[in-house]
Amino acid sequence: MTVEAGNNLRLAIDGLISKGAPALAAARLAELWRNDSGPAAAAFVCSRYESLRRQLPLTQHRTVFLRSFTLEPLIPMLRASAFCAGIDLGVHVGDFNTYAQDILDANSSLYAFRPDSVVLAVRTSDIAPDLWLDYTALSAQAIRSSCERVSVSFEQWVRVFREHSSAALILHTLEKPLHPAAGILDAQSCPSQSEAIAEINRRLRSTAAQYPGVYLLDYDGLIATHGRVHWQDDRKYLTARLPVSAEHLKYLSNEWLRYLVPLSGRIAKALVVDLDNTLWGGIIGEDGVNGIKLGPEYPGAAYQNLQRTMLDLSRRGILLAICSKNNPDEALEAIEKHPGMLLRSHHFAAMRISWNEKALGLREIASELNIAVDSLAFLDDNPFEREQVRSSLPDVTVIELPDNPMEYSATVRNCPVFERLALSAEDQHRTAMYTEQRQRAQAEGSFASKEDFFFFLNQAVEIEGVRPETQARLAQLTQKTNQFNLTTRRYSEQEICNLARRDDYHVFSLRVRDRFGDHGIVGVAITHDRGHDCEIDTFLLSCRVIGRTVETAFLAYICEAASLRACTRILGRFLPTKKNAPARGFYSAHGFHKASEDESGSVWILDLKTARVNNPQWIKLEVMENTSAAKHS
Amino acid sequence: MPPSILEQVRAIASDILSVPADRMHPDSSPETIEAWDSIQHLNLVLALEENFNVQLSPEEIEQMRSIGQISTLIGSKLQTSAS
Repeated sequence: MTVEAGNNLRLAIDGLISKGAPALAAARLAELWRNDSGPAAAAFVCSRYESLRRQLPLTQHRTVFLRSFTLEPLIPMLRASAFCAGIDLGVHVGDFNTYAQDILDANSSLYAFRPDSVVLAVRTSDIAPDLWLDYTALSAQAIRSSCERVSVSFEQWVRVFREHSSAALILHTLEKPLHPAAGILDAQSCPSQSEAIAEINRRLRSTAAQYPGVYLLDYDGLIATHGRVHWQDDRKYLTARLPVSAEHLKYLSNEWLRYLVPLSGRIAKALVVDLDNTLWGGIIGEDGVNGIKLGPEYPGAAYQNLQRTMLDLSRRGILLAICSKNNPDEALEAIEKHPGMLLRSHHFAAMRISWNEKALGLREIASELNIAVDSLAFLDDNPFEREQVRSSLPDVTVIELPDNPMEYSATVRNCPVFERLALSAEDQHRTAMYTEQRQRAQAEGSFASKEDFFFFLNQAVEIEGVRPETQARLAQLTQKTNQFNLTTRRYSEQEICNLARRDDYHVFSLRVRDRFGDHGIVGVAITHDRGHDCEIDTFLLSCRVIGRTVETAFLAYICEAASLRACTRILGRFLPTKKNAPARGFYSAHGFHKASEDESGSVWILDLKTARVNNPQWIKLEVMENTSAAKHS
Repeated sequence: MPPSILEQVRAIASDILSVPADRMHPDSSPETIEAWDSIQHLNLVLALEENFNVQLSPEEIEQMRSIGQISTLIGSKLQTSAS
């Protein structure tokens, strides 16, 4: 972008802000940031988003950086990228090299900031100066004890951090030196300098694995990806302790964003792709099945690479869908029969192949998949289609594709909206679940009554407490479920574990099976006992099981369990959001009466002495042994 | 006509320091602009280096005490590299 174009765009943005058009201003700010990701543009984007933050649907997230080096210039870049991804990021940066005190002292500024996430960015030269500066002077014994000292320090910091905070913790791995102290001999030394540092990183990985919500950022790998020789700028390091060269700042900032996007829940659940010149080269309606470019050789290889990337996303639990302007018969023939296709019909959870506008197709896909429009990402080679979708559906993540198809795959892999911090069994089988869902919908149409259909479905619900294998899934459900969610309270994995350990709280998971397959864990309820009252803190179900009466079975169990603990009343709250209207009538439909209502929401009561919720007779209820329903009695 | 060096420096400093460009004068300095602290000075250096494709030495960074001085310095560096 030229200086003048940049200035004109800035003027246009300020004009839109003063005219009171926040959504349009945000779209142009994102455009500016896509074209100029330098420090000046970062400061501009942040200051304008700050003036708009009350008028845009931004997710709040608070991050603390604990560090041993200068990272201040990265913060406006990170905040600008976060704003453009829908996240209003509050940042606190700890003092130089005070990370240990900050973590160990429960009253430090770290905890006072009440962060949602914390990044611990420490350089090898700062935490292990002997391994960095004097390696060739150390005995094998001294090397081992230095690795041990650093690893134990990290273990202690992570443990103490977990005692004081349930925020996510992102640990930078330690970097290897550009020039090993022993020169070429390092490769033959035992242990080599590189190996000693790799050993600390291995220990760091196993420490992270012991605690929920602790993640590794492969800082050494990031440097290697971008080239160790070019990563550091000694002039900036020696004068300002900034160890990253100006041109690489954005890569570190982007790497942080890949963690913050899934942590704040601003992820894409589905990737919707165009066909012609996106999934394959050429136009199927003109070139025919035998004429399109797709295969292991150039130019078809570029499109196969993109398909391979999409296959990886699908294994991460991201749904794939097609939205294309084509004749469906021709397009489907290519998808099913072309030998170069890595993706076939069964990989796609929904398809809209017609001559309708793409915005309409995207809306229909969202509703068919039961997800919100803002959970869609859109991939199309045509800039006109992208602009149309951006302007009519500003909540959709529209991926800016470069002109060269050989860069498509990397562009998609770099999108933070497809990052996941953990994979549940449900994620890996999601596409198959949607296929089963289609079979259910077909079966439903063939029954005269709902009851007949429910008996035919043969549903079993399994209720259980929290297990280490399921805690990530339960946290994920509280973070992702927007529609059938009575209170929309978001919990981290650590918070779920903390609640499950308390005597006055009960955390339940709900798993649903039927004759078509296993839905996996699709519901979470959290209750809080106060004297003889049992309050439902959280009650949510994934949309794909709504309307099959399993919500009634879940509620019936919760009430039953509460009365076993000698509770006499169930209190439920409905806290309305923009998205949870499907849950609005839940308590009244189950015999609760409304006790109060204000602008924040309504409170509902069921008196267990006179009323109960019955388990639907067509549902088989299984309560697992670790379900601590009656841990008081 | 493309913007002059002074205009470009004013625009960059205006972005970084969140002060409107028309209130950014040649004698504007860390003494007259509250937001111009050492961190913003570093951000300003990074933005100038990126925009003008130059490298500023520690001594030159020390000399950058006002918008006018920055423009003169950038101007002379661009001339040296052009000749």
